[in-house]
Amino acid sequence: MNYEAVIGLEVHVQIKTQSKMFTRVAAGYGHEPNTLTDPVVLALPGALPVMNKAALDAIIKAGLLLGCEIAPVCKWDRKNYFYPDSPKNYQISQYDQPICLGGSVEIELPGSARNIMGEHKKVPLTRIHLEEDVGKLNHGATDSLIDYNRAGTPLMEIVSDPAMHTADEAYAYLTSLRATMIYGGISDCDMEKGQLRCDANISIRPVGETKLGTKVELKNLNSISFVRDGIQHEIKRQLAVLERGGTIVQETRDYDGQAGTSQSLRSKEDAHDYRYFPDPDLMPVKVDAEWKSRLQAECPELPFAKQRRFMEQYQLPYTLTSVLVWDRALADYFEETAQLAGPGKAQGVGNWIVNDLLRELAAAHLSLATSRVRPAHIAALVKLLDAGTVLTNAAKEIFVEMAATGDQPDAIADRKGLKAAPTDTNELEQWCRDSIAVNAKALAEFKAGKDSAINAFKGPIMKAAKGKANPKLVDETLRKLLAAM
Amino acid sequence: MSSELFYQPITSLAAALDAKKLTSVELTQAVVARTKSVEPRVHAFNSFDEADALAQAAASDARRAAGQSRGALDGIPIGLKDVIAVTGQPLTASSKMLKNFVSPYDATVTEKLRRAGAVLWGRLNCDEFAMGSSTENSAFGPTGNPWDTSRVPGGSSGGSSAALAAGEAIATLGSDTGGSIRQPAALCGVVGLKPTYGLVSRFGLIAYASSLDQIGPFARTVEDAAIVLGAIAGHDERDSTSFKTDIPDYRAELTKRKGPWKLGIPKEYFAEGLDPEIGAAVEKAIAFYKSQGCEIREVSLPHTQYCLDTYYVIATAEASSNLGRYDGIRYGHRSTAAKDVVDLYFQSRAEGFGPEVKRRIILGTYVLSSGYYDAYYLRAQKVRTLIRQDFLNAFREVDALLTPTSPVPAFKIGEKADPLAMYLLDIYTIGVNLAGLPAISVPCGFTQSGLPIGAQLIGQPFQESNLLAIARSYEQGHDWSAKFPSL
Amino acid sequence: MSSAPQLDINHIAKLARLALTPEEKEKFSQQLGDVLHHIEQLAKVDVTGVEPTAHASPVFNVWQPDVARPGLAVVDALRNAPAQRENMVVVPKVVE
Repeated sequence: MNYEAVIGLEVHVQIKTQSKMFTRVAAGYGHEPNTLTDPVVLALPGALPVMNKAALDAIIKAGLLLGCEIAPVCKWDRKNYFYPDSPKNYQISQYDQPICLGGSVEIELPGSARNIMGEHKKVPLTRIHLEEDVGKLNHGATDSLIDYNRAGTPLMEIVSDPAMHTADEAYAYLTSLRATMIYGGISDCDMEKGQLRCDANISIRPVGETKLGTKVELKNLNSISFVRDGIQHEIKRQLAVLERGGTIVQETRDYDGQAGTSQSLRSKEDAHDYRYFPDPDLMPVKVDAEWKSRLQAECPELPFAKQRRFMEQYQLPYTLTSVLVWDRALADYFEETAQLAGPGKAQGVGNWIVNDLLRELAAAHLSLATSRVRPAHIAALVKLLDAGTVLTNAAKEIFVEMAATGDQPDAIADRKGLKAAPTDTNELEQWCRDSIAVNAKALAEFKAGKDSAINAFKGPIMKAAKGKANPKLVDETLRKLLAAM
Repeated sequence: MSSELFYQPITSLAAALDAKKLTSVELTQAVVARTKSVEPRVHAFNSFDEADALAQAAASDARRAAGQSRGALDGIPIGLKDVIAVTGQPLTASSKMLKNFVSPYDATVTEKLRRAGAVLWGRLNCDEFAMGSSTENSAFGPTGNPWDTSRVPGGSSGGSSAALAAGEAIATLGSDTGGSIRQPAALCGVVGLKPTYGLVSRFGLIAYASSLDQIGPFARTVEDAAIVLGAIAGHDERDSTSFKTDIPDYRAELTKRKGPWKLGIPKEYFAEGLDPEIGAAVEKAIAFYKSQGCEIREVSLPHTQYCLDTYYVIATAEASSNLGRYDGIRYGHRSTAAKDVVDLYFQSRAEGFGPEVKRRIILGTYVLSSGYYDAYYLRAQKVRTLIRQDFLNAFREVDALLTPTSPVPAFKIGEKADPLAMYLLDIYTIGVNLAGLPAISVPCGFTQSGLPIGAQLIGQPFQESNLLAIARSYEQGHDWSAKFPSL
Repeated sequence: MSSAPQLDINHIAKLARLALTPEEKEKFSQQLGDVLHHIEQLAKVDVTGVEPTAHASPVFNVWQPDVARPGLAVVDALRNAPAQRENMVVVPKVVE
């Protein structure tokens, strides 16, 4: 029997804010333990929550970017459960009135080759709601230590429909979702810092069946490649169970990315009864059209839309766009450079950025923001090359020097004597004639049809030009003269 | 009027302080001495910090001497119910769970009282986590009613009412979720005001039922209550349920607002179960208002019979969640008998909470549990809407409602063992909390055996000025507050 | 009038993380049975079309701007902790 997997992802994204979700003590990562707390974070007797406006802005923006319907009114609910990392022993969350409903994440599946665009799909979303993060447990040999710095950080839960079928789709979903959040300035989505966390619900069913199979929740998919590996592993595990004639047990499993194995988390099977009810300490949220449209105006173009535009507007090949568009700063850098370089130069600009700039930045451990090479440098270099003032090899050398010094390409070319010879066609023609005149053997061979014989004339010409003649021009001039002989 | 300093109202003491006839240190010393003398019989305090109070008093005297008095409350010792946070002082909610807890922060009302120059004095006993109507549910033992220490002072703010009635403070703060200020005020013969929900910040108040809790003053006179209310009221951005509204000078408004008023008498509040002596006293109060030219109208609050049930569903549901944080992890009682971390929760909470708290947590957990939410909590919230509408309908006809505060006077400690019988004591006060209204209990006589009786006036939302003025007009025609218990 | 519903005291006490003695279980079951029986009368109220009241005076959009303020010093944050080490709260080992 043939089976298909059905995958839904629950992604938690920490919102990048100065202060926490329901109190104004600072939010942050990497601080000394328990230095980001206050009575609200620690749930001291008498403490009360107050909403963070910026977190609401951020989730509405996320919803708008993903095409969600923004609820006109939503409220806060308490999710009651006891756990040492949860200071109040309830989490303020949104139960039956999430702020964002529906929407989708556009994904691209791997193409048949690296330079060929893959199939695009839209993975539908169920909902996005806002809640607060919990503290962090550090496990020792006999006890556990709790740091509440993370507790209360604004957290979005983005729930997809069970609409993916392969680990590749899940990987593409997460990649696209992460880029969207970073583009929107909503989160930095650094998985190592726990700013993006992913749980997967996975089931399998016979192809053609419409009912969902028994789902297994896979937890601790804490890197983007573990998501792919973990899902692949779980699908294989479930298939193996069925092939052995067994049945899938509904459970939560913990994926160990290092070992590539998973194990059941006993105890989590306890049917949860969270006793949700509206939080009486908080007032509801009303989102009007004005608020929405103000945030809509702040929404950036998303990567796939940008990619389509770059291919159309700049005639860029897919391979270049697929590097440029995923980093908003890089895409902006490209567009600025392309504008400066002028019409028809965008592909050249794209090549310089994707090949040379990224290489030099990586080698120097610099980011785009700290790069000494600015868009004006690359635009100037492209113009020098286009005018034949410098030749390709010289331009490459200039780029390296530019990256090291931040000097303008023209100045570097002058300083290092890298400019091509003056394009005095009379002088070049004379050198060509002289070279043909002293090499009758090559002339005869060329005339007899041996095209490569033309190269024999080029050495003396380059020598006469002290190596700075434009080889393309030399070749053209020789052919013109030879044709006339 | 007693000549004892500790029985004087704020208004007289403030005048004496301003006239340099008295210092705050002298006043505070008198209150401290009185406290030490009567506490063995009254037990209104969970703890007090004499040195800290005298230091505050000295600072107040220095301000006055420098011509920088902060007003009528500057230098006045005010006691706080032990559910209101004061930096560096214990905050126990009269629970073993918080026996050793010391607050690292001030409640908003605490900050406001400091700003007004008050001398913060002592941690007042109450029912554990404010759950109860007699202060018998305190883990640290019951408080005695100063009028008869074998009887309860009411609750849950029984320490606040008893301390004031016994002269152990000049005014006190309590909290009122279902009558916890008004009922003990009535049973101890003092004024108790529960403000409109949202008028006074709850930040730093240990939560029992968040949508019902409100802090308010106990005072000897209505004018004193107006002074304290003026100091603690006002919008607080740290409490999302606090209301943005202008705070009038309640004391000044007292003299500006003159009747006659239209008063409503809700017929459902004079039904069976009302002690005849209390009924008679309230009837006399009605007659007094009538004699002052007020129009008296019978009104109906048809959903009154559902108030108790609605209250116990909503309050216990909220409490079951609010008290989740008491787990012995970050603070509070931690059991040494637990076999693992999960058991730590079960044992710490079993050891830390008393029976009434456990009962209410269980009831609240039950009404929120899977399958019961709609039948209990959601339905109670809807009935709450009807109860509020009843009051708002009545207020189309009248300025305020006049009712008894408690169906019975102070009863003997240990007399009411059945929880349901105890819950029924709140029948006249809980509707006000469900509707979010302001209400005040004023002394309106004594039983033949000498126990105080209180009358309740219920006002329109955020119309505390009217409510206080109506209460004061009664007070001015009577001298109940000039009587003091013989301790 | 319907009979008071059965309160499964073991289940509810587990949800509430309360270890109860057999005596407490029996007593609470009986006492809360009485209270629940009383509460049953809420079923008689016609609440058709009635909106639930969560707050007596509801307002919308009560928030603060995202400006960080100082919190508690570590020593104050941990002042009431029953057990602490390395500036963290210590609990018996949590098995996930």
